[in-house]
Amino acid sequence: MTSTQSPDASGAKLPWLRISVIVAVACALPFFLSNYHVFQASMVLSTAIALVGLNILTGYSGQISLGHGAFLAIGAYTTAILMDKFDVPYWATIPVAGLVCLIAGFLFGLPALKLEGHYLALATFALAVALPQLLKFRYLEPWTGGVQGIVIMKPDPPMASFLGLTLNSDRWLYFVALLVTAIMYLVAWNLLRGRIGRALIAIRDQPTAAALMGIDTSLYKSLAFGVSALFTGVAGSLSAILVAFVAPDSFTVFLSITLMVGMVVGGLTSLPGALYGATFVQFVPNLADQISKAAPWAIYGALLIILMVVLPTGISGGLNLLWSKVARKSGASI
Amino acid sequence: MKKRHMIIASVALMSATLLTPALAQKKYDPGASDTEIKIGQTMPYSGPASAYGTIGKVQAAYFKQLNEQGGINGRKINFISLDDGYSPPKTVEMVRKLVEQEEVLVLLGTLGTPSNTAIHKYVNTKKVPHMFLATGASKWNDPKGHPWTIGFNPNYNSEGRLYGQEILRTKPNAKIAVLFQNDDYGKDYYSGFKDGLGDKAKSMIVAEASYEVTDPTIDSQIVTLKGSGADTFFNITTPKFAAQAIRKVDDIGWKPTHYLNNVSASVGSVLKPAGLDKSVGLISMLYIKEGSDKRWDNDPTMNDFKALIKKYAPEVNPDDGNATYGYAVSQLMAHVLKQAGDNLTRENVMKIAASLKDHQIPMALPGVLANTAADDFALFQTMQLVRFDGSIWVPFGKPQSVR
Repeated sequence: MTSTQSPDASGAKLPWLRISVIVAVACALPFFLSNYHVFQASMVLSTAIALVGLNILTGYSGQISLGHGAFLAIGAYTTAILMDKFDVPYWATIPVAGLVCLIAGFLFGLPALKLEGHYLALATFALAVALPQLLKFRYLEPWTGGVQGIVIMKPDPPMASFLGLTLNSDRWLYFVALLVTAIMYLVAWNLLRGRIGRALIAIRDQPTAAALMGIDTSLYKSLAFGVSALFTGVAGSLSAILVAFVAPDSFTVFLSITLMVGMVVGGLTSLPGALYGATFVQFVPNLADQISKAAPWAIYGALLIILMVVLPTGISGGLNLLWSKVARKSGASI
Repeated sequence: MKKRHMIIASVALMSATLLTPALAQKKYDPGASDTEIKIGQTMPYSGPASAYGTIGKVQAAYFKQLNEQGGINGRKINFISLDDGYSPPKTVEMVRKLVEQEEVLVLLGTLGTPSNTAIHKYVNTKKVPHMFLATGASKWNDPKGHPWTIGFNPNYNSEGRLYGQEILRTKPNAKIAVLFQNDDYGKDYYSGFKDGLGDKAKSMIVAEASYEVTDPTIDSQIVTLKGSGADTFFNITTPKFAAQAIRKVDDIGWKPTHYLNNVSASVGSVLKPAGLDKSVGLISMLYIKEGSDKRWDNDPTMNDFKALIKKYAPEVNPDDGNATYGYAVSQLMAHVLKQAGDNLTRENVMKIAASLKDHQIPMALPGVLANTAADDFALFQTMQLVRFDGSIWVPFGKPQSVR
C-alpha cells in the first residue's frame, strides 16, 4: 500500500502486528484441537513461563541453576495446599505461589551469591535433590500429603460458552494459561529491556566493570534469583492446576535437567526461545518413544546432539539467522 | 395428536423388534469393534522404577502371541503401552492420550501408586475401566466412590493382617520389631499388621523404625531394632532395602522369626543379592507362581510362559517375579474379555471384572482364587504363606483367607 514503509528502527518497541497475529492464532487454537492436545498446549505454555524464569537467571545474569525444578515444586505445592486445605480459588493461588517463590528464591539467592559458576550449579542441584525428600518429611506430611501427594479439583469454566464457542475445562484452562503467559511475558520484556536487563547482562559479562559503574551486583544477583524463582513458581502453580495433582515424584532432579535442556534448546537470552524450548521438551520425548520403544532416550539424546550441532544458538538463534539470510537475499534481488 | 403418538409408538415398537436382536448380539464402546479391542497402559520403561518395565514387556508379548493364535473371540488385541517414566504429570498426559486420542476400551495394569492417584479421578469421570492396577494400595478398593477402578495386587493392608494373625496363632508371646518405609505403602502394611494382632498389638510390638525411600542404607535401624530384644521381625521394605536388611540381620547375629513383605519376595532380585544362605527361614506370602520354582516344571501354564519369553521377549529373565506377575495379569484380562463376548461396552467389561467367582488364574498359585463383588473390588482374599528353604519359597499350610 504505502511505498515508504520505513524499516523498524526502534528495536525496543513491541512488534505489534506480529504479536496480534500470534494472539489471534493462540486464541483460535483450542477450538481446532482435541481436548488432549489443548491440554498439551497448556502444558507447553506453563513450561515456557518456567523457561523464561530460568532464562532471566542463566541467560541474562549468567548464573547457572540445576535446581529450578525445586521452585516449580514450591509453586505447585503452594497452589495445591491453598486449594486443598483453605479452599482458595485456583486463580488466586497463582500470584501467591509466585510471591512465595520470589521470597524463597531471594533467600536462597543471598547465600548462593558467594558461589559462582559450577559451585552455584552444584548448590542449586542440591536443592533439587533435597526437595522431593523434604516434601515427604514427617512433620510436613499433614500439609504435603507425603508421598501420596495432593489431588486437587480441576476447575470448571465459569460459563458454558463464550460468543457461541463452547468452553470446557481444558479450553478454559488453556485461556487461563494463555493469559498468565501473556502477563508474564510482558513483565519479563519490561524488566529486561531497560536498566535492570542491562545491569544483569553487564554483571554476566563484566562483573568488575559492572560494580565499578555503580551496579549493586549482589543485590541484582539475588534479585535475579528471586524474580527467576517467581516465574518458575507461577509456572509450577499453573502446572498443578492443569494436572490437578502434585506429588514428590513429579519433581525429580530430572525435571530440573529438562528445564535446562529446554532453555538451551530454545535459545539463551531469548523470550520467544522459551516457547520453542518448551515445545521441544513437551513433544520430543513422545516423538522419540514413537520412533523406538527399545531406546527412546538414545533417540532423544541423538536428536539433542544434532540440534546443538546444527543450531548452536538454540532454535531462536537459528530462526534469527535464517530470517536475516532471507532478508538479505530478498534485499539483494530487489 | 393422538394419532401421531400412535404412529411414533408403533414405529418405535417395530424398530425395537427389528433392532433388538442385532443390538444384543454386538455392543461396542470406543476401542472395540468386530476386529479389534484396544487396551491402553502406562508403564515406567525409563526412570527410577524402570525395573518394573518387565511387566509391560511380558504383557505385550502375551497379547502378541494371543493375536497370532486368533485373538479373543475373533478380535485382535491392540495393546498400547506407553512410557511415563514414573512421573505423575507424564502419566496424566499419556493416559489422556490413550483415552481421548487412541480411544482405548480399557486401561490395564497402569503401574505405581502416585501415577494411578494422578489419574484416579479422571478415569472415573470419563468412565473408562481402570483395571488391575499394578499397586497394592488399599484405596483402589472403593466401588462406591470410584466404581471404574479395580486393583490387582492383594492389598498391603490384608497382607499385613495375614502376618499378624499368623504370629498370634503360632507365637502369641512374640516380641516384635517392625521396620517400615515411611510412606503410604509402609503405613498400609503396618496398620494391617496391627489389625491382625488385634488388642495385643500394643504389648507385642516392642520396637519400630522407619526409613525414607531416598536413604542410602538402613543399617542403623536394624541395629536399633535388635537392641530392643525382639525375637520376631516384620520387614516392610522395598527390594533394595529388603536385601540390605536381610544381610544386616544376619551379619549382626540377630536370629528373629523374620517376616518379609511380598513386595520384596523375589528370589532373583532380593534374596540372591542378600545371600541365599542368609535368607533361609524367611517367611512371606506368595500368590503368583515363581519361574525359579521346580514344582512348576511340568505345569502347562509355566511351560507356555517360558516358551513365550523365549520367543517374544528373550531379553526378559523368566525367574524375575515381575515377569510371571505380568503374565498373570494378562491372563485375567483375557479371561474377562472372553467372558464379555460380543458385549464389549466399558460397563459390561467392568461388570464382569466385578463379579469374578472363585476364578483360578492359571499363573496364580493353586487355591489362590480371584473373587470380586459389586461392593468389594479386592481381588485376592486368599494368600499362601511360604518359607524360604535356601533355594525356593516352600508353601506351608493351606492358602489362608484374610478379610
